[in-house]
Amino acid sequence: MSGAKHISIQGVHKVFQSGGQEVYALKAIDLEVARGEFVCLLGPSGCGKSTLLNAVAGFSLPSSGTITVEGVPITEPGPDRGMVFQEYALFPWMTVEQNIAFGLQIKQVAKAVIQAKVDELLVLLNLQDFRRRYPKDLSGGMRQRVAIARVLAIDSPIMLMDEPFGALDALTRRNLQDELLRLWTELKKTILFVTHSIEEALYLADRTVVMTYRPGTIKRDLSIDLPRPRDVASPAFNALKKELSQLLMEEQHRHQQDEFKGAAVD
Amino acid sequence: MKRYKHAASGILVPLVALALWQLLSSMGWVNATILPSPLRVLVKWWAYLRPLEAFDSAQGSYLKWCLSGELIQDALGSLYRVLVGFFIGGGLALPLGLAMGYSRVMYGLFNPLVQVLRPIPPIAYIPLSILWFGLGNPPAVFLISIGAFFPVLMNTVAGVQNVDSIYLRVGRNLGASRLTQFTHIILPAATPYIFTGARIGMGTAFIVVIVSEMIAVNNGLGYRILEAREYLWSDKIIAGMFTIGLLGLGIDTLMSGLSTHLLKWHRGLEQS
Ligand SMILES: Nc1ncnc2c1ncn2[C@@H]1O[C@H](COP(=O)(O)OP(=O)(O)OP(=O)(O)O)[C@@H](O)[C@H]1O
Ligand SMILES: [Mg+2]
Repeated sequence: MSGAKHISIQGVHKVFQSGGQEVYALKAIDLEVARGEFVCLLGPSGCGKSTLLNAVAGFSLPSSGTITVEGVPITEPGPDRGMVFQEYALFPWMTVEQNIAFGLQIKQVAKAVIQAKVDELLVLLNLQDFRRRYPKDLSGGMRQRVAIARVLAIDSPIMLMDEPFGALDALTRRNLQDELLRLWTELKKTILFVTHSIEEALYLADRTVVMTYRPGTIKRDLSIDLPRPRDVASPAFNALKKELSQLLMEEQHRHQQDEFKGAAVD
Repeated sequence: MKRYKHAASGILVPLVALALWQLLSSMGWVNATILPSPLRVLVKWWAYLRPLEAFDSAQGSYLKWCLSGELIQDALGSLYRVLVGFFIGGGLALPLGLAMGYSRVMYGLFNPLVQVLRPIPPIAYIPLSILWFGLGNPPAVFLISIGAFFPVLMNTVAGVQNVDSIYLRVGRNLGASRLTQFTHIILPAATPYIFTGARIGMGTAFIVVIVSEMIAVNNGLGYRILEAREYLWSDKIIAGMFTIGLLGLGIDTLMSGLSTHLLKWHRGLEQS
């Protein structure tokens, strides 16, 4: 899997001003992602995973440090880095179909091509029966699937996914994970994928990056060298799971103590 | 079943009020010139509504005859002024509101003037409107457009400014140009506000039309009830007032029906 550098994050800091206080969301992040690599970001809530993804997407540039894609520094968002937002963010005034088609419409792709692509994605994500529904009439899991389809439609070389399977039941989740892996191998995409789930990270990723809580730094960068499809019941899988649990537990613990201290001071 | 019960209980209070009113009049407790009985109002209403002359095919079609009653002519006259005024006022407010909501520069340029002019009630423009436009429809339409202008403007500005930034981020992520962002994201996201503004603007237009007819023109519902006062025809005044109320209700129902239809996607609508 180790191709050329695709995404390169160097010395990235991100500080938010929040109510007169400085929140150190990201500190000295260095991360290289090779072309075609599948990298998961894992860490406790609030550790800066979305912040990092937003920086790569170009929505909120780092306070210092650089992020380059194919050696070119990022200055603004673009359709080469399709993003699945944690909040889904479907356009409520568009039907499922129109939401999925929107990115292609922007590119001024021919109508027939758009239609074919939309049909294909509707089948892939099991949304055929809901194509003319508006987002308000969909369940959380369906919305999430539409958000994924909307990004798959634009076929970007890099996909940034912020907990895209968070609201799904276990079975749908596994199906979509397999589907994503299939698409990834077939279309050779570079994926940066945020998750809370250790098992999900181990099932999907070539590498799992564990982050620390406040400031957000990289605690461990772990290569997952298990053959795919991965057997979640295998001893090797479980050994890694244990290792990651240990790391996360430490962070969680630190985080709680931190909050406890904060509460005591307040 | 439940709905009928609801409707039944909704009629109860008006019925009681009507009965009380009739009782007051029948017992002779109030002077009929000051407050005529509901029955007399109804009779007058019918006289006001129905065509004055017998149907004569030489004079025109049957429909034209049906609409020849004084009340219908007045209502049509008022409606015409409301619609023309509303479309002029709203039609100017919409593009300005979009520009002010979208561009900080435009907002900075226009907002101070808007804030100064907005609190002036349209009625305060009456002397100027007559000075500028004389009598007849032009001053009336001018006043009505002012009445419709500000609600549409303020709501459009708020609608554009309140577009959730996450939608704009998605748009930029998918590579939308500024124009596409405007037409496909900002505009549809702002429509619920714009519709609210239009509805309020229509309501204001309706209030202003009645006032403007009392001074500038010699037909329309507002003119008619003022004329009726000259002759102390209180039954006609009240008949005219109810007509104004019903017409207003009709317009508002139509507006809200239209917005419900066009905003099928909107979340808050199922409940209202
Ligand atoms: N715009 C902002 N202004 C101020 N603080 C912010 C802003 N965005 C994020 N933060 C802070 O930065 C930290 C990281 O937030 P971020 O959303 O990246 O966390 P996360 O790892 O994605 O969490 P979760 O798993 O819950 O989604 C948080 O402490 C948050 O409060
Ligand atoms: Mg997040």
